[in-house]
Amino acid sequence: MSKTNDSLTGVINLGNLDSKPSIDAKRKAKRKMYDKLFYRFCQGTIFFALVTLVVLVVHILMSGLSWISLDFFTNFTSRFAERAGIKAAIFGSLWVLFLTASFAIPLGVSAAIFLEEYAPKKLWVQWVQINIGNLAGMPSIVYGLVGLAVFVRYFNFERSLLAGSLTLTLLILPIIIISSQEAIKAVPLSLREAAYALGANKWQVVFLQVLPAALPGILTGVILSISRAIGETAPLIVIGALSFVAFTPTNIWDEFTVLPIQIYNWASKPQAEFHELAAAAIIILLVLLFAMNFLAIYLRQKYQRYKL
Amino acid sequence: MSASLSENKEVILETKDLNVFYGEKQAIHSISMQVKKGTVAALIGPSGCGKSTFLRSLNRMNDFVASAKVNGDVFYKGQNLYSKKADPVEIRSQIGMVFQKPNPFPKSIYKNIIWGPKINGFTGDMDLLVEKSLKRAALWGEVKDRLHDSAFDLSGGQQQRLCIARTIAMNPDVILMDEPCSALDPRSTQAIEDLISELKRRYTIIIVTHNMQQAGRISDETYFFHEGHLIESGDTKMIFTKPSVQMTEDYITGRFG
Repeated sequence: MSKTNDSLTGVINLGNLDSKPSIDAKRKAKRKMYDKLFYRFCQGTIFFALVTLVVLVVHILMSGLSWISLDFFTNFTSRFAERAGIKAAIFGSLWVLFLTASFAIPLGVSAAIFLEEYAPKKLWVQWVQINIGNLAGMPSIVYGLVGLAVFVRYFNFERSLLAGSLTLTLLILPIIIISSQEAIKAVPLSLREAAYALGANKWQVVFLQVLPAALPGILTGVILSISRAIGETAPLIVIGALSFVAFTPTNIWDEFTVLPIQIYNWASKPQAEFHELAAAAIIILLVLLFAMNFLAIYLRQKYQRYKL
Repeated sequence: MSASLSENKEVILETKDLNVFYGEKQAIHSISMQVKKGTVAALIGPSGCGKSTFLRSLNRMNDFVASAKVNGDVFYKGQNLYSKKADPVEIRSQIGMVFQKPNPFPKSIYKNIIWGPKINGFTGDMDLLVEKSLKRAALWGEVKDRLHDSAFDLSGGQQQRLCIARTIAMNPDVILMDEPCSALDPRSTQAIEDLISELKRRYTIIIVTHNMQQAGRISDETYFFHEGHLIESGDTKMIFTKPSVQMTEDYITGRFG
């Protein structure tokens, strides 16, 4: 190690200023060891996560892949494993996806805009903010109970797609609000000032500068929370989504099932073939989730063309 | 007071007993000053003396600082900017601002220029406006072949000239500049200083600078601030050669600051 490096990285012995600064060798070795240890620890954690994922995916692929065929997509579920398919579940999941997105995105993003840009810095706003945080951590089954009481019973939506989508909207709303708020917060003050200094009013600053700049972050949060919604089972079971559906929904008042419920249903059957069917359905759900995450990454890249 | 303003056509911006508070702390103490049309006014003083705060109260940019409170009057062409009838959005479209750090929009060079005029309802020839604004900001030659590239591809000095061009595109009467060269290298600083001398034929410029040589080179009038007070103001040559207050002389000769 060179002389300059020593004096920068080590403990300098100030006892004798005339001689070359000397280093406490033991301490130096210890620091080096900690550095290495931490690196190994971080490496280990990522390795653990990856191995778990690979084991899961391989296991599911091995048991489910052979069941995936065109019939698997075009058949409804059946008492006989070889005739069972996920047509109803796929259609149900797509309906839920689009309905939930069209309720949750405008509501969530607007609420985030209000909280970040318009809400006064008052006590009640802080109180609302804290509660949104709490809601984001609420077990999903609680939303199922709320949905059952409010949408299914009180509004008489019954076990419809509408009731299910509204319940999932409640579930992901806090996540969308919080992630959109973070994205809006990250827009630098200098950008707003630049817009105001050109005679823009608040509406123009928010909609023409702040929102476009925050869009990549908002989109990421939105897509991740919708991925969560289509993977949810518990709240939909509580509101009474069906597990044996031999039709595709045609409007928002129809009864429905979704992929996770179909998986749950098949997995809880005694016959081994149904467990493999469940694995096949999981593969489809995973593909859907991966596709949505890729969409999130793609959109973020696309709109970050002009970096801030 | 506005009556005396209309008699004196030279004065475009005037403050009367202007005080600015940040919460309990008073940042600006009762400042009264006048800026004449078509001049470059430099606000100098040690850091923390309130010159930026003062500048931002001239086009109501302090509105966005939650704790800032302004009392007193600012008259722009005889109209009180702090009266209830005054519209801060309208004011800012006539009194533009260039900031310390270049802050172009995350858009193309072209769109940076037309954004302000567009949102204010300008419907004329956009291409012409872009060319004119960039030429006045001495940037046209460097960017004319890449108007649709991102503004972030430009160097810091070019970005700052783009911000000036964007301000010019609004055709303001007054341009406020808050240490526009402090984030730039000497060559870009030179370019902006040359530009300011050129711009004062059309616009009134009020510039905050911590660089006394810069104030001496480019301004017609100099205002010396210290701890929120306006200590001395007047013709730049006078201030730099024969200041009447000892503190001004101490600051200019580098004895503190």
